[in-house]
Amino acid sequence: MSEKSSAYWRSNLKYLAILLSIWALVSFGAGIVFSDQLDKIRLSGFKLGFWFAQQGSIFVFVILIFVYVILMNRLDNKYELNED
Amino acid sequence: MSIQNWTFLIVGITFLLYIIIAVRSRAKNTSDFYVAHGQVSPLANGLATAADWMSAASFIGMAGLISFLGKDGAVYLMGWTGGYVLLALLLAPYLRKFGKFTVPDFIGDRYYSQTARLIAVVCAIFISFTYVSGQMRGVGIVFSRFLNVSIEMGVLIGMGIVFFYAVLGGMKGITYTQVAQYCILIFAFLVPAIFISIMLTGNVIPQLGFGSKVADGTYLLDKLDKLSVELGFNQYTSGNKSMVDVFFITAALMVGTAGLPHVIVRFFTVPNVRDARKSAGYALLFIAILYTTAPAVAAFARINMIETISNQEYESAPSWFKNWEQTGLIKFDDKNKDGKMQYLNSDANEVTVDRDIIVLANPEIAQLPNWVVGLVAAGGLAAALSTAAGLLLVISTAVAHDLFKKTLRPDLSEKQELRAARIAAACAVLVAGYFGINPPDYVAQVVAFAFGLAAASFFPAILLGIFSKRVNKEGAISGMVVGLLFTSIYIVYFKFWYPESNTPDNWFFGISPEGIGTLGMLINFVVTLVVTRFTPEPEQRIKDLVESIRTP
Repeated sequence: MSEKSSAYWRSNLKYLAILLSIWALVSFGAGIVFSDQLDKIRLSGFKLGFWFAQQGSIFVFVILIFVYVILMNRLDNKYELNED
Repeated sequence: MSIQNWTFLIVGITFLLYIIIAVRSRAKNTSDFYVAHGQVSPLANGLATAADWMSAASFIGMAGLISFLGKDGAVYLMGWTGGYVLLALLLAPYLRKFGKFTVPDFIGDRYYSQTARLIAVVCAIFISFTYVSGQMRGVGIVFSRFLNVSIEMGVLIGMGIVFFYAVLGGMKGITYTQVAQYCILIFAFLVPAIFISIMLTGNVIPQLGFGSKVADGTYLLDKLDKLSVELGFNQYTSGNKSMVDVFFITAALMVGTAGLPHVIVRFFTVPNVRDARKSAGYALLFIAILYTTAPAVAAFARINMIETISNQEYESAPSWFKNWEQTGLIKFDDKNKDGKMQYLNSDANEVTVDRDIIVLANPEIAQLPNWVVGLVAAGGLAAALSTAAGLLLVISTAVAHDLFKKTLRPDLSEKQELRAARIAAACAVLVAGYFGINPPDYVAQVVAFAFGLAAASFFPAILLGIFSKRVNKEGAISGMVVGLLFTSIYIVYFKFWYPESNTPDNWFFGISPEGIGTLGMLINFVVTLVVTRFTPEPEQRIKDLVESIRTP
């Protein structure tokens, strides 16, 4: 395995660990496990736990993917791993 | 113009559009037919994936389901979107780099085994057929309610359209019709939602209207909680299911989504790895537009429905109520003979409303113009047809490519393979149509199957195939087999053999059959890793293959 591609892979794994932790935190955390506690906080007409379960988590999912796209494009450029 | 004429007009125009697109994008070779020659732009693929993914269940069924489930409806909202994060981060880019045509292709090559390939083929075909019969049924229902033709006739018309563009255009035809179908279905979903949001809360954006105040100055959700409690239901914003079960169902739907072959194969159609990542982002963005509107629609519909029927005179019930009553999907039984409709969560309840009609009846409940009703019908058809086409393609590819070309007849020429793919697609349309007209009683029951099986079989095998070089064919095959058997037996036991014992007390750790795929997946992981430890490492060429798919 070349030095370059193993460094690339390690950075990729680091990004995955961070982004997937956020993914689990908003959906399984805020939307399910801590949802009832969060419901005591209100965000205008929403209880916060309910909002995370039915809307907030979905917004975060979309943002996560686009953050990953940007991070990986940068990483590809850094290691000059561009196809065509 | 009447509702029926508007519906004929709008549905007619959309069908014409699909046919024109199909004629313009004929497939010339197997690469066109299987993956649109890998030349679809990320934006177009994002749109197509969104339409491919959002089925009759998302468009027609989901908001109604949430409307009746309240907070627990979140399992579908998070489950059917969260899987895209897994797909975009863990699977899509690497599978695109691998660069073949199908999921069984990857499993067969990575685990250097025809057995593994065959297991994958059987799973892909089973999952896709389960799913596609439901779509055809959805087409039939929309036709019979809005166009006054029989369900059978509706299914036949739907089959004709899909037949035309799937058999002729393959993935290429399907992709560009799906782009059009997305535009139609999202427009059809948003228009009534925006109208109703303005009427109830004065807010143009349903996602915000959902959290705004209604005319009497209270917040919409607070009012809904209060109404629900008065009628003997739980608060709308608090759940009924146990936390463990919600957790497992959500996880099973997420992982199942990421493992569904008709979704994965869409990422083989873009030119490169960068585009695969980007188009997964677009896909979820387009899906999220519907999925964040759906809970708002659910709450609006719930409040509208309670206010229109609860304690109102039956004689003066609105016309939509009588129309749907004729289809048998709304029932009224005046138990206390007072001429009023009591809608309660107790034995005294007199009104039953089928949850599948909420989205379709919504424009009428809110008294929107007739063209909106026609538009919603066209949107429902677009959702059902786009998903059906994607699934039929997976079936035909699995048969022609994985089964014939790769397993039974490796000497098949390019031309023969393309012909085989077309014939397989045609047969699949016929079988799907048959199940649409004569639905097995258990269509609704087997959907849990599709997700459970995808979660318990494909997801671990693909994930480990990318992220571990050590995992070998012995490990992967035994993991898939054990995961599949465990999940199938659990579902079959509670859904078919002993449906009467399908209660939380009898479930394993309180996990319902809908959520058991998560446990099946964990078992698959454990079995794969343990068996791998005690069996020989894969050859160097497999390790090189894994190495090569990790970088773009």
